[in-house]
Amino acid sequence: MATLALKPQKLATAQPKKSRIVLLLLLPGLIYLGLFFITPFAALITTSLQQPVLGGGIGQYQPGLEFGNYAFVVGEYLEQIIRSFIYATVATLLALAFSYPIAYFIGVKARNYPILQGLMLTLVIAPFFISFLLRTFAWKEIFGQDSWVSNLLRDTGLMADNEFLLGTPLVVIFGLTYNFIPFMTLPLYTNLERLDTALLEAGSDLYAKPASTFWKVTFPLSIPGITSGTLLTFIPIAGDYVTASRSFLGSPNTAMLGNVIESNFLRIQDYPSAAALSVMLMAAIVVLVSIYIRRTGTEDLL
Amino acid sequence: MAAEFVARGADLELVGIRKEFPGFVAIEDLDLKIPAGEFFALLGPSGCGKTTTLRLVAGLDSPTKGKILIGNKDVTADKPHERPVNTVFQNYALFPHMSVVENVAFGLKQRKVSDPMPKAVDALKLVELEHLAQRRPQQLSGGQQQRVALARALVNRPSLLLLDEPLGALDLKLRRQMQVELKAIQMEVGLTFLHVTHDQEEAMDMADTVAVMNKGRIEQMGAPEALYERPKTIFVSKFLGQSNLFVGDVAESNADSVSINVAGNKITVPTKRAEKTTGKIVIGVRPEKATFHEDQAPEASSGLNVIGPGKIIDIRFTGVSNQYLIEVPQIGNITVFAQNVGKSPVTELGAKVWVSWKVEHSFGLSDLPVDNGEGK
Amino acid sequence: MSRFSLGKYLLPTYTVLAFVFLMIPIAYTFVFSFNDPFKNTTGWQGFTFDNWTGVCNNIDVCLAFGNSVLIATTATTVSTILGTMLAIAVTRYEFKFRSSTNLLLFLPLATPEVVMGAGLAAQFLNAGIPKGIGTVIVAHILFTLSFVVVTVKARIATLDPKLEEAGRDLYAPPIRVFTKITLPLLLPGIMAASLLAFALSFDDYIITAFNSGTEVTFPKYVFAAAVRGIPPEANVIGSAVFFFAIALVLVFQIGGAMRAKSLAKKN
Repeated sequence: MATLALKPQKLATAQPKKSRIVLLLLLPGLIYLGLFFITPFAALITTSLQQPVLGGGIGQYQPGLEFGNYAFVVGEYLEQIIRSFIYATVATLLALAFSYPIAYFIGVKARNYPILQGLMLTLVIAPFFISFLLRTFAWKEIFGQDSWVSNLLRDTGLMADNEFLLGTPLVVIFGLTYNFIPFMTLPLYTNLERLDTALLEAGSDLYAKPASTFWKVTFPLSIPGITSGTLLTFIPIAGDYVTASRSFLGSPNTAMLGNVIESNFLRIQDYPSAAALSVMLMAAIVVLVSIYIRRTGTEDLL
Repeated sequence: MAAEFVARGADLELVGIRKEFPGFVAIEDLDLKIPAGEFFALLGPSGCGKTTTLRLVAGLDSPTKGKILIGNKDVTADKPHERPVNTVFQNYALFPHMSVVENVAFGLKQRKVSDPMPKAVDALKLVELEHLAQRRPQQLSGGQQQRVALARALVNRPSLLLLDEPLGALDLKLRRQMQVELKAIQMEVGLTFLHVTHDQEEAMDMADTVAVMNKGRIEQMGAPEALYERPKTIFVSKFLGQSNLFVGDVAESNADSVSINVAGNKITVPTKRAEKTTGKIVIGVRPEKATFHEDQAPEASSGLNVIGPGKIIDIRFTGVSNQYLIEVPQIGNITVFAQNVGKSPVTELGAKVWVSWKVEHSFGLSDLPVDNGEGK
Repeated sequence: MSRFSLGKYLLPTYTVLAFVFLMIPIAYTFVFSFNDPFKNTTGWQGFTFDNWTGVCNNIDVCLAFGNSVLIATTATTVSTILGTMLAIAVTRYEFKFRSSTNLLLFLPLATPEVVMGAGLAAQFLNAGIPKGIGTVIVAHILFTLSFVVVTVKARIATLDPKLEEAGRDLYAPPIRVFTKITLPLLLPGIMAASLLAFALSFDDYIITAFNSGTEVTFPKYVFAAAVRGIPPEANVIGSAVFFFAIALVLVFQIGGAMRAKSLAKKN
């Protein structure tokens, strides 16, 4: 009875239409994605199985079924693969720890001050509007050999005279974290903005201390935001090669999967290796995402 | 001024309407005729199919089966914008990106009517809002938005005006005030109004005819007084006001009256006020029609139904009346309203009383309570 | 109110400090746009307005900037149109492969740029298509498309379907319901989507690096220059773009917030 009483009106107002217009709306976009998203994946997979042309020059390959390419890249680049995973995990967790309080402040505390809220949101996404490369370069200069940060560390004895900040895992992870903070803050904000503060009051009314209200009410309710923020941060970090490149904050000792793919594809033109690594990275992400989908349902994603 | 908007309303006729949604039937089989110029209310609880009916008439949904005729013209296949029908939506659905007057002029512009703006301003005058013409809808109060929605619909001089819980979003006081205004406007413009609501007081106050809907069917239809005085089903007797109902087998039946035996009490209803005269039937009475007596039972006569003795288990003071709940052994609880005229019977909880009412105030219903173990 | 004492001082202080931290590289870029370039390209050499008044004295950076604007404008236009159509289709219509379509629209967001870039590059390579501005635009439409869909979908979700019904009820045929009601109400979302698409396209390095061949965009210019040191003219362009974008966003957000506030007051 109760379901019968509630259902009809809702269905009657928000029921999606059936119409042939939908084809007109869908086709151009879907054709585009088919041509430039799906077939490139197929191209990556076939490329990853190519074999060198006998007696051919650099970058010359022919179609094949060389599954050994995968074994080869895993053996050759295991270090970078593991490093990418560790860097991405650590940077994602740091971004989460950094972002959660800000997102909470903007989304919950500043809720009654829409102008302040808008201003702070703008500040969160501000780094998006300065070139990614310029802001990474700024950190490079700040952590540079003769920068005041380096000098300060040397003066206080925290760093030896012959040591550098640039090129260390510490600075690379720092850069990765900084660069992708907005990807974490925004989904968290979107989630916390919808948090019903009456629930917090109910929690404290029911004798929960602020800390336990947070852990028992706020935190569990924000898990969807954490999940999407984590994905949105982890994925681009796992594939980034600017931050960890030698031109910016990294060194050969901090090379990540992205750097390896880039150098194989664009420099030494070992297309099959680059493709095999890309396919593996994508496969790992698909696994990660499908676990996420299973937990939240596709509709939530978009 | 108002003469501008006087249009001749048209009859609305629904023939054998059925509407199915995936998984359930919203309307089973509906036949309905609303004469031109009438203020007609569809009353029912949420989910009874009243809003669906309205959407079918507007053309926003199409029926699974059946025909819709407006002014004898079959409009079943017509799209919403092709029907001479306008709607005042539940939350008004005013376009937030247009000013008030642009909202009102929208329909006129779509139909390429000449001078849409002056006409829209006239419509705003009708609802006394011309001074707010340039505002955005969001800047108006709920009552003002409601009036804009009304003007936006009326300005098109539709044959039929549909009102989907138009007062539902207003607070009680404003709602009662708007009820009066809405009724006045309807009288002034003489349109056919189809009003959907779950508020029985609103329906009774405004409508010429009320149809009570339940589970996709019309249970009863008629003038508000008739519905109240002569409910024909248990649902109507309870949804429209309150009722005391008694179930029993018919003991006597003749051309004048029908009597049932309820736990040793004889309860009688005039035959012309009974839907059923044989077998097990339900007889009811409105709480304000019943009175109670202390000390001794009133003299049982042919013109009086008497039940008792029972005991008062609850007394509530509601302002205009006192409500007594009287528990009668083997029969259950009976509610009695006694008007608060300053000399209400001095009674206290636990007092032993008899309940009586005039036979002519009884009504006999067509259906029996669904036996869900609760009795009564 | 003692239960919110954590929020009272600690949280605002932290937030302010966090914002200061987030602004450091932006401030650095802005400050160094006034750096006097005549001696060395790294480190502070002295204050000058010359870089701002004569950005295009460094012709390479200006050409790169022009390329980026051209690419971002074209890609944004196409992806905004395609993305809006897709967003309307998946939210407002019922069709057979709706959930697979949603998945397909989501996947580009989950694809690392390096994979998308390499995939497209591999396809262009296989098909023998020479890399250039055209291939970059194709790539940028692809990776901004899903962002447009997400943004517009969020806007559609807040749109009351009753408004469109009111339009139909008031004699507007379907096409006019769309142009007079749906589209104007979606416009803020579409604008936000195209702003986002433009920003993403303008700033993209990775996908561009894989698909641009010898064409130089602004990010490519910066990447190449980063080894030695970035010329102050690049900082000028970066800062100018930043202030322009921030101004746009502020107009959007503050405007929206003010409207919300004035409405809250009236009701």
